[in-house]
Amino acid sequence: MLTLKNVSFQVNNGDSDLGIVNDVSFTLEDGKFLVITGPNGGGKSTLARLIMGIEKPTSGQILFNGQDITDLSITQRAKLGIGYAFQQPPRFKGMTVKDLLSLAAGKELDECTCCSLLSKVGLCSKDYIDRAVDNSLSGGEVKRIEIATLMARNLKLAIYDEPEAGIDLWSFSMLVNSFRSISHQHNESVILISHQERIMQLADEIIIVADGKITERGSKEEIFPKLLGEFDSDCRFKRVGGIA
Amino acid sequence: MEQIDYNLLLNIADLDGTPTGAYNLRRNGQGVERHSTENVLITPKTDKPGIDIYIKPYTKNESVHIPVIVTESGIKDLVYNDFIIGEGADVTIIAGCGIHNDGCDTSEHDGIHCFQIGKGARLKYVEKHYGEGNGTGGRILNPTTIVNMDEDSYCEMEMAQIGGVDSTIRETTANLKAGAKMVVLERLLTHGEQTAHSNMDVNLNGKDAAVQIISRSVAKDQSVQVFHPKAIGNDACRAHVQCDSIIMDDAKVSSIPEITANHADAQIVHEAAIGRINNDQLIKLQTFGLEEAEAENVIIQGFLK
Repeated sequence: MLTLKNVSFQVNNGDSDLGIVNDVSFTLEDGKFLVITGPNGGGKSTLARLIMGIEKPTSGQILFNGQDITDLSITQRAKLGIGYAFQQPPRFKGMTVKDLLSLAAGKELDECTCCSLLSKVGLCSKDYIDRAVDNSLSGGEVKRIEIATLMARNLKLAIYDEPEAGIDLWSFSMLVNSFRSISHQHNESVILISHQERIMQLADEIIIVADGKITERGSKEEIFPKLLGEFDSDCRFKRVGGIA
Repeated sequence: MEQIDYNLLLNIADLDGTPTGAYNLRRNGQGVERHSTENVLITPKTDKPGIDIYIKPYTKNESVHIPVIVTESGIKDLVYNDFIIGEGADVTIIAGCGIHNDGCDTSEHDGIHCFQIGKGARLKYVEKHYGEGNGTGGRILNPTTIVNMDEDSYCEMEMAQIGGVDSTIRETTANLKAGAKMVVLERLLTHGEQTAHSNMDVNLNGKDAAVQIISRSVAKDQSVQVFHPKAIGNDACRAHVQCDSIIMDDAKVSSIPEITANHADAQIVHEAAIGRINNDQLIKLQTFGLEEAEAENVIIQGFLK
């Protein structure tokens, strides 16, 4: 179970402090699938980075399974079973896809396991396992490999920051299926930042974050009617200013 | 042979026993073991230290090991090796030098390698340099490599310095005739107060000659690296020079790729980059549960692989 208590994150903006995340509190029960949505620049990614430990809150507390993890490093949180998929994943010159998946899993993975992980994110595995995760891969390919690295781990909490960004429609369907199977298994808790209606449909709970605050929170049945009309024909959240 | 010798051989040539095929082992300035095969003849030079290696035309799938190890402190070894690779041959040559210096005197090995690659022949050349030992004496390696490539020949050179070498000055010159193709992969790791200079001149002298130079390096501590690869296009040819360095601590790296076209149809490109390890790379590996130092090591090993 993950609990955020009055978490705030401020940056110094010259003369004054600018609040990126302001007094956010919520609890995520084990095995639940939480989607965070809301306008760009509203603080969603920062919230995810605070949970992974990439940023440290300026105030507030983060608890994971009863343990206060506010001051734990990224590595320590990873060892507790928290994982994070970047919105824009880094590339590694010389490191193959198989190397990266093996590092994620914490053990040398065989070809067959790598193949099965890559097919979950819509990549034809044989073509990829020996390729380097460098600039020779497209943005969408790197993004899908990034998602596969989380699937390679045995996580208690997986955080995905806009997994759909840069992914073509066909692969997106594969991805939705993979997330659907994760959400049905209820083994790991998932926090997924997304603007996609089809991903939100998988959620047990949806939180809308705008201006660094939670403006709406509830089950998809409660939140969805409020969001309808907020999506364009490609199922993307269209209002930049948040919902009324 | 002692344990130190075996360790060095393992590090520079992945050898854990007598190699198959032709070989020549040089230890502390002396040739100690030599073996020729039907197609690969190794003979010692009579006028100066070194060996001549003749590979018969159309020899296929043979390998030649010519490792050099220096385990005595204070040795200064200069050696001239000539490789004559016959037309249409396809061979792998594994060279390399390992220095173990526990003493206070400088140990140095300067290898001057000259390759004549015949028409249509293919060569893969692997050279690893490595130093170890607890002495205060320096470990110096200054390789000079000259490659003359005949028409339509192919040469792949993998040259690596994998640590422990205090000072190195590498001089590489290649002359390519029409249709010859060359790939050079240079990998370098320096630490402490080590210095490494690498100068490379590739002359593309015939139509459709091509070269790709890839240099990857990591400079740690106070070490200093200077790269100066030069591609000179004298005909309708292609060249691509890529220098990539990771800089850490108080190291200094200079990358000076130089390209010259003396023909309107020469296509020559260079790119060079020097930078720290990207913070997102470190964070990504930390999210897998690696400590920062482990993550750094994984990134460096991958980069130099």
